[in-house]
Amino acid sequence: MQQLAGSIKYQEWNLDVAKMTVQEFRGRTGGVMLALHKIQETFGYVDDSAMSMLGKVFNLTRAEIHGVTSFYHDFKRSKPGTYTVKVCQAEACQAMGSEKLTTDIKAFLGVDFHETTANGEFTLEPVYCLGNCACSPNIMVDKQTYGRVSIDGFKTLADSLATSATGENV
Amino acid sequence: MVKVYIPRETTANSLGAELLVNAIANEAQYRNQDIEIVRNGSRGACWLEPLIEVETASGRIGYGPVTTEDIVDLFDADFINGGEHAKLLGDVEALPWFKNQERLTFARCGIIAATSVAEYESLGGFVGLKNALATDSDGIIQEMTDSGLRGRGGAAFPTGIKWRTVADCDADQKYIVCNADEGDSGTFSDRLIMEGDPLSLLEGMTIAGLAVGADKGFIYLRSEYPLTQAILNDAIANALDANFLGDNIQDSGKSFTIEVFMGAGAYICGEETSLLESLEGKRGQIRFKPPLPAIEGLFGKPTVVNNVISLASVPVILEKGSKHYAGYGQGRSLGTMPFQIGGNIKQGGLVEKAFGLTLRQLIEDFGSGTATGNPLRAVQVGGPLGAYFPESLLDTALDYEEFAKAGGMLGHGGVVIFDDSVNMAKQARFSMEFCAVESCGKCTPCRIGSVRGVEVIDRIVSAENSEAREAEHIVLKDLCDTMESASLCAMGGLTPIPVMSAVKHFAADFEQ
Repeated sequence: MQQLAGSIKYQEWNLDVAKMTVQEFRGRTGGVMLALHKIQETFGYVDDSAMSMLGKVFNLTRAEIHGVTSFYHDFKRSKPGTYTVKVCQAEACQAMGSEKLTTDIKAFLGVDFHETTANGEFTLEPVYCLGNCACSPNIMVDKQTYGRVSIDGFKTLADSLATSATGENV
Repeated sequence: MVKVYIPRETTANSLGAELLVNAIANEAQYRNQDIEIVRNGSRGACWLEPLIEVETASGRIGYGPVTTEDIVDLFDADFINGGEHAKLLGDVEALPWFKNQERLTFARCGIIAATSVAEYESLGGFVGLKNALATDSDGIIQEMTDSGLRGRGGAAFPTGIKWRTVADCDADQKYIVCNADEGDSGTFSDRLIMEGDPLSLLEGMTIAGLAVGADKGFIYLRSEYPLTQAILNDAIANALDANFLGDNIQDSGKSFTIEVFMGAGAYICGEETSLLESLEGKRGQIRFKPPLPAIEGLFGKPTVVNNVISLASVPVILEKGSKHYAGYGQGRSLGTMPFQIGGNIKQGGLVEKAFGLTLRQLIEDFGSGTATGNPLRAVQVGGPLGAYFPESLLDTALDYEEFAKAGGMLGHGGVVIFDDSVNMAKQARFSMEFCAVESCGKCTPCRIGSVRGVEVIDRIVSAENSEAREAEHIVLKDLCDTMESASLCAMGGLTPIPVMSAVKHFAADFEQ
C-alpha cells in the first residue's frame, strides 16, 4: 500500500503561543470548540495548562472547559506519536474483516488502542466510520484515509511512514 | 487540450487518486501531450474508483479502477483519445450501474468540476435559487411541502412543515444549520454530494434561508471528513465571488452567509440538539424536547436543522418544480433516495433511485452480491441503529412505511452487507458496546442500559443451559424495552432495534 500523505508536524507545547492562537475565536460561534481544534492541530494535544487559560479567554470555569475537552474523542490530553493511526471499528468494516485487521495491527505495532509505540512513531486509536464503507476495511493516518487495507498493506505503509518521519530516503 | 477528470474525493483519494494527478501530468508533459486535469467529485461508483475520465470527440470515456502502475500503459494505449485498454469502461453513463439510476439530487455529482460556479450553472445550478428569489417565503415553502420531501437524515420529518414552523416564528435572528455529522456506519451520501457537488448544498441552504427569514447558516461537519472541509470552503469562496452567497445576493436585497464548523469525533452530535450544543461550543449533550429546535434552536433562536441530502435536494425541487420531484417514489415516500451500499459487497457505492425498489434489487442488481463471493447472511439498513435483516426479508420495498412494517428503518439509506461468516450475537453485542462508547451520558437508560446490555449478551452467549439462557433473554428484552421507551433521544431509544432484530432473526447465533 502506497503512502499518500506525510506527517503533520506538531509544535512543542507552549502556553503563550497557545493563548495567542486562540484569541481570534473570542466571541465567535462555538469559540471553545474552534480554540480546542486549533490547539489540537498546533500541538497534537491539549495540555492541562490550557484549561484555566481557555477559561479566562472565554469567561468560563476550568471545569466547563475540561467538560468540553473531555467530551470529544478528537481532543487528546497527552502528546501523541508522530502519526495517529485510526482503525475503523464500525459495521461496514467489520463485514470486511476489520476485527482481524485490528488484532493484526495491534500485534504488529505492539500497542493497544489509545497507546503509543515505544519509539514514539504511532499512536493507535479506534474510530467509528470514516465514510468510505464501500471500500472497507478503512484506516486513517492523521488526516489521510486509506481504503481496502490489508495487514500486509499496512506493514508496507507503516515502514514507509516510519522512514519518511526519520528523514531517510526522502 | 484534452480534459482529464480525476476525482478529488475521499474514496478515490483513499485508493491513491492524488498520486494519479502528478503521475498523469508528468507523463503527459514527458510525451508532449496537451491535457487539462479537472478535479470532479465521484460519480458514486466506489467500486470503480479511482475512476478517471477523458473528454474525447465522441463523449466522455472512463477508465477504472486506475493505479499509478497503469499510467504509462494508458498513455501507450492513447487513452486521451479513448484508446482500448484493460481498464476501459467506455461511456460510464451507459454502464447499467448508472443507466438504471434516477439521479435528481446527484444529477451533477462527479460530472462537473466540483467547486466551479460556471459548470454548476451550466447544468441547471442556481436556477432554483433564482426561482426562489422571484417568489416569496410562502411560495417556497408551498413548493417544498408539495414535493413531499421528508428529512433524509433518518427521521423522515416533512421538510416543508419544519420550514413552516421556523418561518412562522417571530425572531430577530434565525439560523439554518446543516447536519453534516454523517456518523452512521455504511453511509457516505452526504460526503459524496459535499465533495462532488457542494454548491447544491450551499444553494439549498440559501433557499432555506430565504424561506424562513434566516441570514446565517452553519454546516456542522464531522472531523473524519477533512477533505470535505477543504472542498466546502473552496465552494463557499467561489459562491461568494459569484455573489450567490454574501450580501445582496444577485441584487435581490437578500443576504446569506455560510460557515463550516467542525465536529470533534462524537457520534451523538448527529442528533440535532446535541449538534446545536456542540455548535455553541459546549459538550454535545442532547437537549430535552420540547422546545423543538425549530422554535428554540441555536442560541435559543428558531433554527432549521436539516440533513445534507435534504438541503441538497432543495435546488432541484425549486428548479424543476414540486410535481416533478413528487413524480418519483410511492405512497408517502416521494422523490428519490440516495442509497449507499457498503460492507461486504462487490459493487459498492451510491445508488440514487425513486423509493420503492426492493432491497434485493439494490443488493443484487446494483451491488452484484458479496465481495467475498460467499452467501449473504445479514443486511443492516439505516446505520448502527437500524435493524439486521435476514435473506428472507430482502424483498422488502425501500420505502419509509414498508420498512417500518418489517421492523426496520430506512434511516439515512445506508445498506451494509454481511456474508455467512458473521456472528450475529457479536453484532448485537457491538450495538450495545457502541451505544456505551458514544452515549452522551445525559439519560440513564442509554448510559447505563448499554453497559448492562453488553453484560447480558455476554451472559446469554456463555449460558450453560437453555434455562439460564432463556432467563437472560428475558432480562435483555426488559432492558431493551426500558431503553426504547425511557431514553431521551434516538441513540438509546433505537439501539434495541439492531439488538432485538438479531435475536429475532438469528436466534441460533446466541446459542453457542
